[in-house]
Amino acid sequence: MKNSIQRMGNITIVGLKAISRNKLRSFLTALGIIIGVGCVIAVVAIGNGATKSVENTINSLGTNYIMVFPGASTSGGARMFTGNSALTPEDAEGIKQECPAVSYVSPTVRTAAQVVAGELNWGTSIQGASTDYPLIRSWNVAQGTFFTDADVKAAAKVCVVGSTVVDNLFPNADAIGQIVRIKNVPFRVVGVLEKKGGNMMGQDQDDTIIAPYTTVMKRLSGKTKLDMIQVSAASADQVQEAQNQVDAYLRQRHRIPPGGDADFQMRSQEEIAQTQAASMGILRNLLLAIAAVSLFVGGIGIMNIMLVSVTERTREIGIRMAIGAKGRHVMLQFLFEAVTLAIVGGVIGVGMGVGASVLVARFLKWPIIVTPTSILMSFGVAAAVGIFFGFYPARKAARLDPIDALRYE
Amino acid sequence: MAKPVIEIRDLTKVYKMGDFEVRALNGVNLTVDTGEFVAIMGPSGSGKSTLMNILGCLDRPTAGTYLLDDVDVSQLDRDERAVIRNAKIGFVFQSFNLLARTSAVENTELPLLYGEFGWARAQRRKAAMDALHRVGLQGREQNQPSQLSGGQQQRVAIARALVTNPAILLADEPTGNLDSQTSEEIMGIFQALNDEGKTVVLITHEPDIAEHAKRIVHVRDGVIQQDQRIAQRRAAAAKRAAS
Repeated sequence: MKNSIQRMGNITIVGLKAISRNKLRSFLTALGIIIGVGCVIAVVAIGNGATKSVENTINSLGTNYIMVFPGASTSGGARMFTGNSALTPEDAEGIKQECPAVSYVSPTVRTAAQVVAGELNWGTSIQGASTDYPLIRSWNVAQGTFFTDADVKAAAKVCVVGSTVVDNLFPNADAIGQIVRIKNVPFRVVGVLEKKGGNMMGQDQDDTIIAPYTTVMKRLSGKTKLDMIQVSAASADQVQEAQNQVDAYLRQRHRIPPGGDADFQMRSQEEIAQTQAASMGILRNLLLAIAAVSLFVGGIGIMNIMLVSVTERTREIGIRMAIGAKGRHVMLQFLFEAVTLAIVGGVIGVGMGVGASVLVARFLKWPIIVTPTSILMSFGVAAAVGIFFGFYPARKAARLDPIDALRYE
Repeated sequence: MAKPVIEIRDLTKVYKMGDFEVRALNGVNLTVDTGEFVAIMGPSGSGKSTLMNILGCLDRPTAGTYLLDDVDVSQLDRDERAVIRNAKIGFVFQSFNLLARTSAVENTELPLLYGEFGWARAQRRKAAMDALHRVGLQGREQNQPSQLSGGQQQRVAIARALVTNPAILLADEPTGNLDSQTSEEIMGIFQALNDEGKTVVLITHEPDIAEHAKRIVHVRDGVIQQDQRIAQRRAAAAKRAAS
């Protein structure tokens, strides 16, 4: 027993020496596993991070959040999404007044523009909203004030800006009271929004300017319809009720018969979360499938090289057998080589995967979550790949006839 | 009276090649006593290699018995033969068969990694060093085969064969890849080891190499044709100095 344990140790050393004798080849052999394991680690880390990020942003919308946006419309019998919105500021006003389960409503219009302040300019998105917006999104101003209902009524040329816009337009100065020119229209900055970070799509939510929707419609976009109505239910329990009320109210206003196609759609925070989770899940499964394929290819690479190695080292196998190696000793040696290659590949792969995740996190501003489970799993899979794909070549080596092996040129 | 280390009775080896049967060995009887130096000679196709494979427990006979060191090894399976090869037989091959990129001392240690020795690392190293010194390779222990001459490589191979202290040294054309002067040196080593009591079985087709032995066995057509004892063996010209 003691002898066989010692012999195992000896054979392990033999295998290690064979690997270190062929460093470049060993590395190339392990490369498939390195890439495969790296992919798994990175995908899982990024996937977990993205899921977390989605949860965060969706939760930051507030559990009461409901989005009403234009839907398919029927014109002359042809049903299609025309891109022409049927939602008007009056719809929004009506929702607020007629739907008891709704507490806040903000008409929303969006446009994008190059914004100029002094010498500097910055391309950003412009959102038109009402004074309910900060209440709906639970997004307050850090400095100054939000614009007022009077500003909205008067279509005043005032705005609040996100922190990214401040960083780019007023790097050294206080933004409050400054003038920014949006499409040549001067707007006075009255407030700076709190920093909110990236959203689930990796977009920087702080890279925005919010102005009264009336001003944006009149002065910037020239639109008369809304891009969206953002609604907040009175409480989390009343989301469904609020949706029903908004639906009934808008159908009535837009004269849509019961059962007819509505010219608007609604999404609650929960529905958005589900859609996002589903698409994230698909993306993650896709990437995991790619990672699995590359692990498989890596395994085939190991098998290939081990087969070459067995053929190339037939003589060596013959020598070892002649001087007393049993079939299983030779088998263990080659199996150990394959598993070591796979596990070393796994270790390097974990390092590369974590590195890649960190890079992705930096560029996409996603949080990454490297879990011990994914690392352990990758190791396990790498070792299993080594055993699985190393088995056939190792058995081939073990079954060689010593006489033929010694004679092999 | 020396006791026999090899006893072969009615040894037959038949290879089946499709419908043909090739009788490579056809009833061989041979006894080798401890301390003998036997050369087995024969032209190619004589059954000499088959005999050597069976003597070396690399192959097993179709019929007949083979007692090696009082153990019947004729019907052992692969693994059992591996154990016997490790413990009882020291191989020396024509093409040296050392592991490349592996130092002389590690090559010499190799058989100790597989057997039932249970030796510690230091003990193995010492045994390997002793064996290398016995074949005159002091100072070359760490050299790899590519840094050694042919003669030196064959000395490493002999040291590897010696390290387990086997019952027989089995040398298959050990001088086939060497020039005549180096061949003499190698034969000198075998003679010196034989003088120290080692049993040596040499397979060769060169008469002047065979003459270094004390007994020459001629094999032809699968049988032993002639078994002659040499009264005065030919002394190797060179002694065991490091070359």
